[in-house]
Amino acid sequence: MTKTVLTGVLGAAVLALGASTASAATLDDVKAKGFVQCGVSQGLPGFSNPDADGEWSGMDVDLCRGIAAAIFGDATAVKFTPLSAKERFTALQSGEVDVLSRNTTWTMSRDTQLGLNFAGVNYYDGQGFMIRTDMNINSALELSGASICTNTGTTTELNVADYFRANNMEYELVAFEKADEVVAAYDAGRCDVYTTDQSGLYAQRLKLTDPGAHKVLPEIISKEPLGPVVRQGDDQWFNIVKWVHFATLNAEELGVTMANVEEMKESDNPSIRRLLGTEGEFGSDIGLENDWAAKAIAAVGNYGEIFDRNVGPDTELAIGRGVNALWSQGGLQYAPPIR
Amino acid sequence: MAVTDMGRGVADAPPKVALLNNPKFRSWLFQILLGVAVAYLVYSGWVNMNANLQAAGVASGFGFLGENAGFSVAQSLIDYDQGTSSYGRVYVVGVLNTLIVAVVGIVFATVMGFLLGIARLSNNWIVSRLATSYVEFARNVPLLLQIFIWYFGVLRLLPQPRDSLDFGPLGLLNIRGYFAPKPVWGDGSAFVLYALIAGIVIAIGVSRWSYRRQMATGQRFPSLWVGLGAAVGLPLVVFLALGAPLTWDMPVLGGFRPSGGMTVIPEFIALLVALSTYTAAFIAEIVRAGILGVSKGQSEAAHALGLRQGQNLRLVVIPQALRIIIPPLTSQYLNLTKNSSLAVAIAYPELTSVFAGTALNQTGQAVEIISITMLTYLTFSLLTSAFMNWYNARVALVER
Amino acid sequence: MIDRTNVTAPPENVGPATAFVRGKMLAEQAAPSVSRGPVGWMREHLFPSVPQTILTLVCIYVLYLIVPPIANFMVFDAVWSGTDRTACATEAQGGVQPNGWFGACWAYVGAYMNQFIYGRYPDEEQWRVNIVWLMFFGGLIPLLMPSLPFKRENIAFMVLAFPVITLILLTGGNFDVIGTYLPLAILTVLALAVAYGFARGSQSDPMPGLKATAVIFASLFVIVAVLGIDFGLERVRTDVWGGLLVTMVIAVTGIAASLPIGIALALGRRSDMPIVRFICIVFIEFWRGVPLITVLFMSSVMLPLFLPEGVTFDKLLRALIGVALFSSAYMAEVVRGGLQALPKGQYEGAMALGLNWGQMMRMIILPQALKLVIPGIVNTFIGLFKDTTLVLIIGLFDFLGIIRSSTSDATWATPVQSITGLIFASIIYFIFCFGMSRYSMYMEQRLDTSHRS
Repeated sequence: MTKTVLTGVLGAAVLALGASTASAATLDDVKAKGFVQCGVSQGLPGFSNPDADGEWSGMDVDLCRGIAAAIFGDATAVKFTPLSAKERFTALQSGEVDVLSRNTTWTMSRDTQLGLNFAGVNYYDGQGFMIRTDMNINSALELSGASICTNTGTTTELNVADYFRANNMEYELVAFEKADEVVAAYDAGRCDVYTTDQSGLYAQRLKLTDPGAHKVLPEIISKEPLGPVVRQGDDQWFNIVKWVHFATLNAEELGVTMANVEEMKESDNPSIRRLLGTEGEFGSDIGLENDWAAKAIAAVGNYGEIFDRNVGPDTELAIGRGVNALWSQGGLQYAPPIR
Repeated sequence: MAVTDMGRGVADAPPKVALLNNPKFRSWLFQILLGVAVAYLVYSGWVNMNANLQAAGVASGFGFLGENAGFSVAQSLIDYDQGTSSYGRVYVVGVLNTLIVAVVGIVFATVMGFLLGIARLSNNWIVSRLATSYVEFARNVPLLLQIFIWYFGVLRLLPQPRDSLDFGPLGLLNIRGYFAPKPVWGDGSAFVLYALIAGIVIAIGVSRWSYRRQMATGQRFPSLWVGLGAAVGLPLVVFLALGAPLTWDMPVLGGFRPSGGMTVIPEFIALLVALSTYTAAFIAEIVRAGILGVSKGQSEAAHALGLRQGQNLRLVVIPQALRIIIPPLTSQYLNLTKNSSLAVAIAYPELTSVFAGTALNQTGQAVEIISITMLTYLTFSLLTSAFMNWYNARVALVER
Repeated sequence: MIDRTNVTAPPENVGPATAFVRGKMLAEQAAPSVSRGPVGWMREHLFPSVPQTILTLVCIYVLYLIVPPIANFMVFDAVWSGTDRTACATEAQGGVQPNGWFGACWAYVGAYMNQFIYGRYPDEEQWRVNIVWLMFFGGLIPLLMPSLPFKRENIAFMVLAFPVITLILLTGGNFDVIGTYLPLAILTVLALAVAYGFARGSQSDPMPGLKATAVIFASLFVIVAVLGIDFGLERVRTDVWGGLLVTMVIAVTGIAASLPIGIALALGRRSDMPIVRFICIVFIEFWRGVPLITVLFMSSVMLPLFLPEGVTFDKLLRALIGVALFSSAYMAEVVRGGLQALPKGQYEGAMALGLNWGQMMRMIILPQALKLVIPGIVNTFIGLFKDTTLVLIIGLFDFLGIIRSSTSDATWATPVQSITGLIFASIIYFIFCFGMSRYSMYMEQRLDTSHRS
């Protein structure tokens, strides 16, 4: 009998130790524990990838660092939780992470059914195809009969099916549970084609034995706006995440960079002064100090700098700005003004 | 507790026993409490689940089985069309793919396991040492790791489609799989099938008759050869008489991968090899224990009767060893079937990977899909043990 | 051959009439050269007959096919030092090795060693993991050596102190335990009442039972209180744990949990209380009938659904629960085998001595039954240790998982990287599993008091 009781107690203890409950005011929560818990991918170069020392880098990672800098003035006050595609939403819903910055596609069902809010789009993406250069193929329409490697658990499988059916082509699908296995199988030559988000293709290409021998086809077969996600019902936190992203965009538009942010505070341009907190009380409206944006930009730079540093033409990924250029330069990245 | 109370006995029962001290009552009280606790756990889990599903806005019920799946599956034994086939069909495809890899794997593992088990007992030093090292290695390295080794280690060594290994009439082998010739039966080939059935019936009849005759008169009859002749010869004669109505659809190099023929995907090959080599090591140990479990006197007696080593093994040792071998062998077969679920790591489209993996991710109906998957494996497991129990009973009956 | 009849024949009986019987022992002669020494050994063990000779030659040929390439790959052509992929890539792939080179890249394993052992556990906190390793091996090895003294203290340390210290060290402690005290207090009162009631029922002195219960609950209170203390250690979340650390945590927890649960289930299955037996049978057969990977899927995808809204379990803990339940079902069957193998007389003898059920099990039945099934228990442990690799499918970075994920690092991406990692993993797993199986054989021999034969 004592044994049964004992098990019961242990069960209760385990519950008490292992369980945690989501709380409503995320900002208070974050301030109390002293860091932002950020959900990222399990390793996608350019977006969120750990190096051999376990240091994370990438665009999604920088967004989280920016948020941490805006709150604490310290870009290192952030911890990363690697999440698989399957478990990312559960982790956010349950409060395991404060913000999910994991190349997640904004779709209507995710926005409305899962109790989540997308706080913006930090990368406009679309599903593409990667093939070996020596196959002499220049269009996805020549891929009839090909073997295609991809991940399960994503929209890519369905997009591929739709695309090939619409164009009346045959294919063989090899779908793996984990991205690493997809890369390994494609690299081994198991498949002719690797399909996922185009940015992902550029990123995964780096993991191949000979990245130069592969190219990404021009076709984009789907819209994949990627952005940070927060829980519904906490508008203050939603605003913080949204506006940290917008601040980096506004900073690029106004020419504020990591290097010149201090001198720009003295600028005569009222837009810059409002952005950097020398004018107005915009910070306190979202529960932060007025130089929140200045701190974020000082830590991670403006959107252009983040882009160039992580995925830009000078990095190994070598992705051009394309649709991710500012609206003023023919792209889609557009931030509402701070005023 | 019941045992305790029975042990204490009724002899010294005091005149008035409190209800709490009545062993029967205590036992039932305990059981009812336990039953209520378990029922409560199940019930609260059920309530929570419904609440959570409602909050998350996930559909429930089995309606999704009729919905269009919309993704493609690399290997299917039945017709599967990504455009029109339902999730229910995905399930059937997954079950069949599990079964085929399990059945073929069991056959390979059994043959290999028996050979290895006998080799471990060989007097030939190098043979027994080789077998022992193999068994020790295979048993002490995780199966998932072995699957990775076969898939990512060996796969890389296979050539690209355009440099396929050409086995002539046996087909092509490359990194996209093994491309075998596919038989195309012409007109009248149904008669060959009938002839085959007739041949097998004749073979069974002959073997029964010869067994009865041997029991009665002691005379032997080469029933094996006659039966084999009937089962193979009859269809062969019919086949030739019909003018050989069979052509082979040979795989041809070209495009992304060879076209025509039958394709055995490399995931299947890797999984099959890994499962059967891994399980063979365990079967080898079972076989060895079984043979060692047959008393030495049996072999000595057989040798004294003039039986050769082969006859001794075949007629004396193995039949007796089988009785020891069958029960643990059953659980190895079950393990192999369950282990085929590791295919999820290398994208072989069996039940776990295609149904509990892809279909689950697409529909989000975790509870229904995981329950169906688990029930399916449970059914396999119960069926196999039922069959093996029946077989075991038959083998055991041979004892006189 | 020595003529043995001579040995028994007394010499004085040997007269001239029986001269055909040798009267004197011949000096022992060496066996013919063909049947002794290496030659004789080879004749007997390698070439006794034509078919055997063919078999031997085939085996030698197979060895010739297998061994040299493996040795070349793993040792002679292997790269032992380097800083990035160029060391392990051929010239055509942009490295320094000659084209056609194919060897293991141990340099990559060396560079990743830290991650393979600790996962992404923060560097400055790794001393905590090191202490756990030290405590684990320092506590386990003396426990495994039968000749060493202080077994009781050692076991007490491993069972009581070690898990608590480990939990605090690895996670950082400082748990929120306030809510646990009240239910624990209620349970204490309940348990004391039950213990008292039982003692009264059996008309024995209630004090020992009460004392034991009180001690158990007092130590539970102490454990809970200790878990709540803030030692100033930084909180390390389980999702940065990885590598050998996670493998060992899962394996050790699974082993530690499966043995008691398995014993309880086995006793339940052999109990004569129908409801208890039914529940145990259903539980055992269910877990044994399904593959572990579906159990892990269930615990990672379905378990959160069964919990009240807002309550979440740690991901590692979810996997741990799945593994523990799964292996305890297997353990139950092993233990049941031992219970069934004991002759009925043991039960009857114990009862005749007036032992109650708990005493009978603790002092008579279980020690014998468990001893009988040590090989089975260790086999279950080995199986469990190997099965820990499956957690990589649900996204935990155990030893194999971190090796697989390290192969996607561009710094070391070469064609040999993946296979090198897999071979390294095989070696490590082999060492652990083989070691366990040898130890079980050793213990089996030591404990064999020949009750069986």
